[in-house]
Amino acid sequence: MNAMENKEKKEKLPRHKMPEQDPKVRIHNYNEVPFGYSEETAMKEASRCLQCKKPACRTGCPVGVDIPAFVKLIAEGKFIEAAWKLKEDSALPAVCGRVCPQEDQCEKFCIVGKKDEPVAIGRLERFAADYERNKGEVKIPELAPKNGKKVAVVGAGPAGLTVAGDLIKLGYDVTIYEALHKPGGVLVYGIPEFRLPKSIVEAEVNYLEKLGVKIITNAVIGRLHTIDELFAEGYDAVFLGVGAGSPVFMGIPGENLSGIYSANEYLTRSNLMKAYLFPEYDTPIVRGKNVAVIGGGNVAMDSVRTALRLGAENAYIIYRRSEVELPARAEEVHHAKEEGVQFKLLTNPVEYIGDENGWVKGIKCVQMELGEPDESGRRRPIEKKGSEFVIEVDTVVVSVGTNANPIIPMTTPGLETNKWGYIVAKDESGLTSREAVYAGGDIVTGSATVILAMGAGKKAAAAIHEYLSKK
Amino acid sequence: MTKILEKVDLSENVVKMVLDAPAIARKRRAGQFVVLKIDEKGERIPLTTVDADPEKGTLTIIFQVVGKTTAKLAAMKAGDELMDLQGPLGRPTHIEGVKNAVCVGGGVGVGVVYPIAAALKKQGAKVTSIIGARCKDLLILEDETRSISDNLIVTTDDGSYGVHGFVSDALKNVIESGEKIDEVFAIGPVPMMKAVAAVTKNYGIKTTVSLNSIMVDATGMCGACRVAVGGETKFACVDGPEFDGHAVDFDLLASRLRMYMTQEKESMDKYRCECHGK
Repeated sequence: MNAMENKEKKEKLPRHKMPEQDPKVRIHNYNEVPFGYSEETAMKEASRCLQCKKPACRTGCPVGVDIPAFVKLIAEGKFIEAAWKLKEDSALPAVCGRVCPQEDQCEKFCIVGKKDEPVAIGRLERFAADYERNKGEVKIPELAPKNGKKVAVVGAGPAGLTVAGDLIKLGYDVTIYEALHKPGGVLVYGIPEFRLPKSIVEAEVNYLEKLGVKIITNAVIGRLHTIDELFAEGYDAVFLGVGAGSPVFMGIPGENLSGIYSANEYLTRSNLMKAYLFPEYDTPIVRGKNVAVIGGGNVAMDSVRTALRLGAENAYIIYRRSEVELPARAEEVHHAKEEGVQFKLLTNPVEYIGDENGWVKGIKCVQMELGEPDESGRRRPIEKKGSEFVIEVDTVVVSVGTNANPIIPMTTPGLETNKWGYIVAKDESGLTSREAVYAGGDIVTGSATVILAMGAGKKAAAAIHEYLSKK
Repeated sequence: MTKILEKVDLSENVVKMVLDAPAIARKRRAGQFVVLKIDEKGERIPLTTVDADPEKGTLTIIFQVVGKTTAKLAAMKAGDELMDLQGPLGRPTHIEGVKNAVCVGGGVGVGVVYPIAAALKKQGAKVTSIIGARCKDLLILEDETRSISDNLIVTTDDGSYGVHGFVSDALKNVIESGEKIDEVFAIGPVPMMKAVAAVTKNYGIKTTVSLNSIMVDATGMCGACRVAVGGETKFACVDGPEFDGHAVDFDLLASRLRMYMTQEKESMDKYRCECHGK
């Protein structure tokens, strides 16, 4: 068979679906929604890859995973080898295979996708990483000899874990300081179990610990130790990957009524504290009957789908633009719809109404229409006069974004921040206005994705290595 | 893990614990708090720090039994270990420049205002302390507070000890007696702080209160602790816990503190059953 025939044959195979839990069943449990590929399906899907000489998919990946190589290994049935290949570039493949927006990254550039649906790179990544974890054949890569230099990483989220993973392999002594009692950052407090099982995050964190990364939990840098104290303790460089993390409220009347949560709080209670298992676990959460989530991003979808699982009869997304502008991934919106989430689009809250006990009982909303595009390029929503109406609710989750957490800038002299409080990085390396202090992830860019934070972590790790190698 | 070094019952439902926490003890200042979580399934609860000994590496907390977590904590003994302890958190009390202070504590709040009074005394301020409780048996830290105060007034709601009445009434008498006061620090139950702030507002005396809102992460990430101060929303964990008592919306604070009343009762009942089952 010549190459041409081979190509044609491959393109004829359709993209393989991943089996999923039935929506009617899954809204009553917290188990993961998709089941993942079988070995056979994974090999078939991997065989759709054209093994391009100049793989465009790889340039679409923020951490530059060698996609054709790991996909080829899957096609050949070398699943463990595929996982190891992935781990050369990514510290968290089982996570990325689940939560990366592949449709905007690797898969967007897939040549197969020009005529047909692209190769399911994300699903294959997930398959390989899961295979390795389930087999328990986690390989410890060869580590460079210890170079005697110490790096402190602040925050055990995607950016910090990536920096730690890269630098430990290069021979550095790496310690992560995590403010919460569990490492993982947004992967443990933010993303729900049904989208990212916590056992996976634990396994990926354990892997880093096996490589020698030290993790100190309950350590709020800025309070327990300042950045200057870390240097005084002998660290040669510090990476700040503390996340954005401070929830934004809209500043409309009644927003502090009981029953109104930030998405951060709602998800932290449910995910990190396991409040969905209350009273077996001690942390309570309000199990609302009529729950509205304000916002249209991935975090809003996570919140509204959590509300359903907590027993909501009506779960709404209230979003001021139209469906086209929803910032959430199409897959998340699709899952939410399947599960019965009601979308109140072109709708904006203007006031919360409380009952005699100070508990929210309704949201006064206005209808919106779309005007000319604004600076974000999306059409600006404009209020329709006289269109006020009330949605009856007993629980509200505000998911309209986050701001920078102020603790580190507040306690670190000379650390430059911008007008929104985010740390200013001079360039892609993540170097801040302070020597030997690097930053990356949401605390630099504002709320973004897991993989972009990992990409920033990779670049910062390389920059720290370059800086400390010269020193 | 954090070891409990010492446990003392101060009253029927108020407990003092000394914890082995050298890193926190080194950094902690008056007015700051910690978050603790007893075990894997535990809740994160904020508790004010009462004292710290950087040399010995110990941290002292005082808490009142109000729900399952505090009941479970109160049942622990010296030698037991807490799974998680995070801190110090919040901004330390701003006491610089205060020369004449009145420190008002109600109930378990006496434990919170005591270290502030001690810090004020240490910087040379004249300290009048007014401490109160519902009845004599619930009064805590009387001797300790006396030892760092120039004047001490004790009140009980039922008149079983000291002056019969509320701390806010006693404060009013102190103000009316012509005592020179730069600042009042008032910490205790919400109605008490509200009453104190109402008294001092009439006389234009600066008043600082410490708010015990519900918290989860306590690092500014969740917003559970949001309070309205001067019409603006603040996060008690990073902007506070201390605020200008004249600007705080105490009614909102009280209503938000009731948010989990049903669940708290359910949890407590379940805990009591389990305890009896043993």
